[in-house]
Amino acid sequence: MISSTSKTILSIKDLHASVEDQHILHGVNLLVNEGEIHAIMGRNGSGKSTLSKVIAGHPSYKILSGSIHFKGTNILELAPEERARIGIFLGFQYPVEIPGVSNLEFLRVATNSRRKELLKSELDTFEFEDLVKERLKIVEMDPAFLERSVNEGFSGGEKKRNEILQMALLEPTISILDETDSGLDIDALRIVASGINKLSKPSSATILITHYQRLLNEITPDFVHIMADGKIIKTGDKDLAIDLEKTGYDFIDKNSKDREMAK
Amino acid sequence: MTKTNTVEEIVSQPYKYGFITDIETEKIPKGLNEDVIRLISDKKKEPKFLLKFRLRAYEQWLKMKEPDWSGLTYSKVDYEELVYYAAPKQNIKKQSLDEVDPKLLETFDKLGIPLGEQKRLTNVAVDAVFDSVSIATTYKEKLAEHGVIFCSISEAISEHPDLIEKYLGTVVPINDNFFAALNSAVFSDGSFVYIPKGVECPMELSSYFRINSGDTGQFERTLIIAEEYSSVSYLEGCTAPMFDTNTLHAAVVELVALDNASIKYSTVQNWYAGNEEGIGGIYNFVTKRGECRGKKSKISWSQVETGSAITWKYPSCVLLGDNSIGEFYSIALTNNFQKADTGTKMIHIGKNTKSKIVSKGISAGQSKNSYRGLVSISPNAEGSRNYSQCDSMLIGDKASANTYPYIQSKQPQSNIEHEASTCRISEDQLFYLQSRGIDFEESVSMLISGFCSDVFNELPMEFASEADKLLALKLEGSVG
Repeated sequence: MISSTSKTILSIKDLHASVEDQHILHGVNLLVNEGEIHAIMGRNGSGKSTLSKVIAGHPSYKILSGSIHFKGTNILELAPEERARIGIFLGFQYPVEIPGVSNLEFLRVATNSRRKELLKSELDTFEFEDLVKERLKIVEMDPAFLERSVNEGFSGGEKKRNEILQMALLEPTISILDETDSGLDIDALRIVASGINKLSKPSSATILITHYQRLLNEITPDFVHIMADGKIIKTGDKDLAIDLEKTGYDFIDKNSKDREMAK
Repeated sequence: MTKTNTVEEIVSQPYKYGFITDIETEKIPKGLNEDVIRLISDKKKEPKFLLKFRLRAYEQWLKMKEPDWSGLTYSKVDYEELVYYAAPKQNIKKQSLDEVDPKLLETFDKLGIPLGEQKRLTNVAVDAVFDSVSIATTYKEKLAEHGVIFCSISEAISEHPDLIEKYLGTVVPINDNFFAALNSAVFSDGSFVYIPKGVECPMELSSYFRINSGDTGQFERTLIIAEEYSSVSYLEGCTAPMFDTNTLHAAVVELVALDNASIKYSTVQNWYAGNEEGIGGIYNFVTKRGECRGKKSKISWSQVETGSAITWKYPSCVLLGDNSIGEFYSIALTNNFQKADTGTKMIHIGKNTKSKIVSKGISAGQSKNSYRGLVSISPNAEGSRNYSQCDSMLIGDKASANTYPYIQSKQPQSNIEHEASTCRISEDQLFYLQSRGIDFEESVSMLISGFCSDVFNELPMEFASEADKLLALKLEGSVG
């Protein structure tokens, strides 16, 4: 499945990061190649969301040491918007509401900034409407949501669909989806999951951050990583997620106890 | 560099209209006395009644004290040091634009208000006022076909003295306040609009005010009359060069709406605000008031206030006619050491009158931005309703925002709602936009535009983009 000629998209080495002087990531290592789907699982507070925000460049998070390379380029010095333009996409766990800013206009400006980077022509309002109507089908979203303010008054499921719509428009090289499944009922979960499946390409990659196995029934990961205390402590294939579902996170505690003992 | 600093940098773009037009100006000697008033009246060849009006106002003004209740501190104006009349030489109103000094046309071109036949704005008639006089009014003939009068107030005084005598000073009495009295005594020019019965004004009307001289006070006077079943939308814009002294701008605007008439009055104010240290800038002390005299009449104020060292104004509606409606939509952006104390008064007198207030204040730097408003419901105004919403956004940690809503209701069968909020640019919203590839600057602009969208939606289409551009100028980065 993964040949040695696969190109690396994301390479994270010994990453340490903090927020508000709290040391959260304690040496994360992760390698993501083209065509791969990775799942990162772990308890609340294990550092999953922090990792996603650090990759996207959230200004509140400080990198203490380590590196993140995207297609061989060090991205730690890049602003969030520059990271987005070169193809890094973060699907938020809690997408914010932005009153007064039209969703359609927001999507257009965002899409054009990515297209500019790809040396594609910028789309005017009419051209963009054609594109967005077509992409709406991927997430089975009502066009009425385009006329509203960004995420304002959207239900949890609608917000998540709007995230996947953005992913469909921006055509990222790597998508990091932070608990995209949380708060979705089973139908919405299927729609969102099938959207993600439709959007994956051999030249792109996906990182799914999730608590639960159920999303992984819809999207089959190549790798499953378990995070605890700001580190990836175990990596396996899809069966690891199934084991985890059966045994719970208890074995992590066991593992960390072992580590303590070793020290 | 912290995030806040960068936001502050974006809102601190240099003033782009600060140039001075080098033109020969005719000025009268500085100082104020009866002779000066006679001289102004004489220069404008005014009828007797107007000279009397001015002299009465002057007499009142002498007895009045400069107000200080708002808590605005500023170096007081020396009224003897001001020049009360300044006009570019050859100031006789020109018959055609070809006769207007090209330098003046060029000035307005530079300001984005082309007056020439080929370049002028389509579907917008413009009255351009330079210091104390009106330079040109476009589309006059086309408007005349509909019976609409749109001209400088000086011209109206000589051409339509009956209308002036009937309405001038009836909404804002000459002794209304210190600055209104001063204006009534020495007003130089301004715009006049008359919409006859049953006429829907076929195009947007607009006045553009430009202060050029450093030591000249600007006292423009605007009067708009909408007869029964008529409607009009009017916009004023203003800019001034950069001087390190403070220039006084004390305008009076009066609106009269008769039965079923509607007036929409929009302002985009961008007077020079002073430098980063708070030196110089315009004192914008303005009295604006509209009277809904007729039943079911409507007056709507919308304003985008970005300039001036100090802004002190409360465009108001007196709702006399039963079922009349007053509206006030405001965006006030202050930066550096700017101070704005602005809001509205909604005076409900007629039955079932309605008013709506939406105010958005954005304060950056060390500026002070206050909303001050009065909603008053008189004993006869049964069934009246008011809704007020005042939102403030703070940028940085040195700016301040205040809301002073005054509510007086003497009528139990009335309904008053007031909502207020204060927020900062949220880091999470900013990050969300940026993480979609949108520039930091553009993201800030988008958020501020979004914050103001309720008011933008109320501006005339033709000018919404102008106002947006103005905010964007202060905020740089294009706004969607």
